[in-house]
Amino acid sequence: MKKNGAQVFIECLLKEGVDTIFGFPGGAVLPIYDALFDSPMRHILVRHEQGAVHMADGYARATGRPGVVVVTSGPGATNTVTGIATAYMDSIPLVVFTGQVPTALIGNDAFQEADIVGITRPCTKHNYLVKDIKDLQRIIKEAFYIATTGRPGPVLVDLPKDVLNAPCELKYPDKVDLGSYQPNYKGHPGQIKKAMDFILSSKRPVVYAGGGVILANASDEMKAFSTKLNIPTTTTLMGLGGFPGTHPLFLGMLGMHGTYCANMAIMNTDCLIAIGARFDDRVTGKIDEFAPFAGIVHVDIDPTSISKNVRVDIPIVGDVKNVLKDLLKAIPPQGAKDFKNNTKEWHGQIKSWNSTHTLSYKSDPKGKIKPQYVIEKLYEATKGDAIITTEVGQNQMWAAQFFKYDRARTFITSGGLGTMGFGFPAAIGAQIAFPDRTVIDIAGDGSLQMNIQELATAVQYKLPVKVAILNNMVLGMVRQWQEFFYNKRYSHTCISVAPDFVKLAEAYGAVGLRARKPDEVEGVIKKALSIKDRPVLMDFRVDPAEDVYPMVPAGQPLNKMLLV
Amino acid sequence: MRHTISVLVTNEFGVLSRISGLFSGRGFNIESLSVAETLDPKISRMTIVTSGDDKVLEQVNKQLNKLINVIKVHDFTDEEHIERELAMIKVTSNADTRAEILSIVDIFRAKVVDVSPRTYTVEITGDEEKIGAITELFRPFGIKEIVRTGRIAMARSPKQK
Repeated sequence: MKKNGAQVFIECLLKEGVDTIFGFPGGAVLPIYDALFDSPMRHILVRHEQGAVHMADGYARATGRPGVVVVTSGPGATNTVTGIATAYMDSIPLVVFTGQVPTALIGNDAFQEADIVGITRPCTKHNYLVKDIKDLQRIIKEAFYIATTGRPGPVLVDLPKDVLNAPCELKYPDKVDLGSYQPNYKGHPGQIKKAMDFILSSKRPVVYAGGGVILANASDEMKAFSTKLNIPTTTTLMGLGGFPGTHPLFLGMLGMHGTYCANMAIMNTDCLIAIGARFDDRVTGKIDEFAPFAGIVHVDIDPTSISKNVRVDIPIVGDVKNVLKDLLKAIPPQGAKDFKNNTKEWHGQIKSWNSTHTLSYKSDPKGKIKPQYVIEKLYEATKGDAIITTEVGQNQMWAAQFFKYDRARTFITSGGLGTMGFGFPAAIGAQIAFPDRTVIDIAGDGSLQMNIQELATAVQYKLPVKVAILNNMVLGMVRQWQEFFYNKRYSHTCISVAPDFVKLAEAYGAVGLRARKPDEVEGVIKKALSIKDRPVLMDFRVDPAEDVYPMVPAGQPLNKMLLV
Repeated sequence: MRHTISVLVTNEFGVLSRISGLFSGRGFNIESLSVAETLDPKISRMTIVTSGDDKVLEQVNKQLNKLINVIKVHDFTDEEHIERELAMIKVTSNADTRAEILSIVDIFRAKVVDVSPRTYTVEITGDEEKIGAITELFRPFGIKEIVRTGRIAMARSPKQK
């Protein structure tokens, strides 16, 4: 019996090595769901399509493998847009399959029709509408190839229902033939030599590492590079875990809520080595005054990242892992003795910055719970061995500052787009990839409510995901900006009308725990970590007046920090 | 500064909107655009006239190259090349002006392609300046309509062997 497009579609995914798809059924994808019914493919049934994309995203960030999503046409497809844009901004490999009305109806304003290829054109790395069954398997192959190679990113494939129903024979191509897409993996040897000469001639070098280090699975090489040359290293939010967070050379994160030391180092360095980072405005502050004394070496696989925001002196286009390997080889055999002598003074300076303004907060052991304290206790209780996801806002910044990430792919956050509601479904995706690891979403009460419906998904699949709600009953980061820059006019940032999260957890069949006082925090965490068969919401009632420090106000140079 | 860029793209539906979406999404200008198939029917050539400083043009170039459907991007600015546009101009004519219009057509090596009792329709090809010049000369007679194509460009062949 000849197969149909939908059956072949599932077989193509199996051939591609996909073990899990995140999805939600609907009319246009009924043929796929029928094929799934007796297929070995694992399907995670979500409660909202946005949740599916964030789960696939969390799965991809935790594993390095592409996340796969199947949703129906129209609203199913449009609900994926925020998730796709989130993945696009952070260069996460996803392949999103959307149902579409039959080809004969396309353009007719048919029921549940949306031009999702048009809608997602600017937020996908590439997208396709499969108009003919004969193109189906080639396009699936290309979609995975494009999503996972070069600078990774989401790819969307729109599948009309008649294509899914059309007779088809499995003939999955072995390779792709894309003449117009040839990512460059190998750094130019001349540039690598030039970069190494420049680095060795500098006196105040700093490595600024971004998410590219993690995407390229290059954290070992990153560590080897920084330690071999003894160069102080800062990472972006996306780069956390790309260099060990407890390493003596680590300066902490840089940027708007970066450490005093990292930001001062940037403002005084004479040699900035940017590895897989893109000079985002949250990193640079006032762009004209960013790293004013530095010659800049920039390694990135995407040529468009180079000299986009900041003038770069020595660009190297290539895969971060390859380029770091080549840079390591370019270190002269007698080592870099002179260089290490020349940078001694700089290390002294770094040390003194490091001790002047460390990350801190005013603790209040008898009063309200400080959100930073909760994160410190989570770090202690897990000994750092956990996958942390975050929502967006204060919770995200505290999670970046007060938890130390020693390994790549253990810190999962929406950095570029800043999507509230990302962390919880992303945690579910990571937990599905690693059922035995501790996965904790460090959440705010505002963000969590944006995708709270996925509690049902976590309960259904018995996932022991932990959610640590830093519940301050306000939209904390926006409230902080109102406090600092809008005369404390707290316009619409109070969300004290909220569910009782403990009861809510119970209503879903999850576990809810609450801490109101600092001395209850550890007990709640311990209890939560002991639960292995269902999700746990921890409702930490934290001090709503707490702000994130240091802070570089938007548009200011990095050395204009507001400190605790 | 203005740049004429030639972009070879795969000849598929949606490619034009990818290119125009890239320009609008990133705030680049498109002053003119022309598209047609090449000798290979699977490949189309777009000729885009855009403007911006060096930094903008570097991004235009790189961002175009980043699109999966783009095969090759070529900026003609720093090399010898020929640029052409085509225009059709419907100019008002009467017994008193016909001779003068025809002599302008002649001087510009343009062509009259349609005649009515009150109009001449003139076809002219050339670079932007030439088309601008004839337009100015026709203006006093009364231009009823003008239709112009986008610019196309081709590199000159090297003069020595």
